[in-house]
Amino acid sequence: MNCKSVIREISNYLDGELEPSVKQELEQHLEDCDDCKVVVDQVRLTVDVFCDSKPVELPSDIKSRLHEALRRKMKEKGNQA
Amino acid sequence: MGPPKPLSASNPHRLPSRVARDDEHLLVAAAKRGDADAFEELVTRYEGKIFRLTMNITRNREDAEDAMQEAFLKSYAHLKDFQEDSRFYTWLVRIAVNEALMRLRKRRPNQVSLDEPIEGAEDLMPREIEDWGPSPEQRFAQTEMHEILSEVIDKLEPDFRVVFVLRDMEELSTEETAKVLGISVPAVKSRLLRARLKLRQKLSRYFRQGRTN
Repeated sequence: MNCKSVIREISNYLDGELEPSVKQELEQHLEDCDDCKVVVDQVRLTVDVFCDSKPVELPSDIKSRLHEALRRKMKEKGNQA
Repeated sequence: MGPPKPLSASNPHRLPSRVARDDEHLLVAAAKRGDADAFEELVTRYEGKIFRLTMNITRNREDAEDAMQEAFLKSYAHLKDFQEDSRFYTWLVRIAVNEALMRLRKRRPNQVSLDEPIEGAEDLMPREIEDWGPSPEQRFAQTEMHEILSEVIDKLEPDFRVVFVLRDMEELSTEETAKVLGISVPAVKSRLLRARLKLRQKLSRYFRQGRTN
């Protein structure tokens, strides 16, 4: 496997979607190629730093406008029923 | 099969995650029967995530709020049409993404082109490869890190950003992302790879070793 193929397969590799034989070839290339190893590690880190599963607090002004709009809609629907 | 295992140090999350999923289904069923409180509970549960999603797509607070509000109002109005063949949250995400994309297209009409053909792979090779040194998360304070990520994702072209947001930030599967955006699975994969490589390149400016902070 050459550098171009490694770059093309980075996403599939990080997402665990490579066939075992292809994965093995890619990992073999990474052992011998420092540049590709750096790129793969940095792409992995890029995904990690953006992946933020912490709960998100809605700003209070936006929250109150949302719930107000929702209650208006519910009232409208209730009146139609 | 025996009774459910009690919570323990080695199995701390099993019960809460199961309850959350079962609960969503029950809340949707109650809301469909006209229980307004159940629908408000669903809104409260997802409002933060949906706002973050619309904000990440539109990169504009006013548009993000509009898109989020419209998504919840539409999901309420069309709740009876929700077939429950996916999670309620995924259905909600689909509505919110459409609302956000509509607003984004209005503001940047020539930049959102999800239906364009997939490009070749010739230009994918990284141009600069520099060591990032110690972990960026240790080098930057949380606020500074947040600003860097916000600036970097803001500069990513919208059609790549949308795919990255759905796959890597909202953690939708490739198939769900394709369905939400109405594009093929290979198109999602191609755009995701490009988005990840482009973001890596943009982050290098901040994370490379030797940069003084």
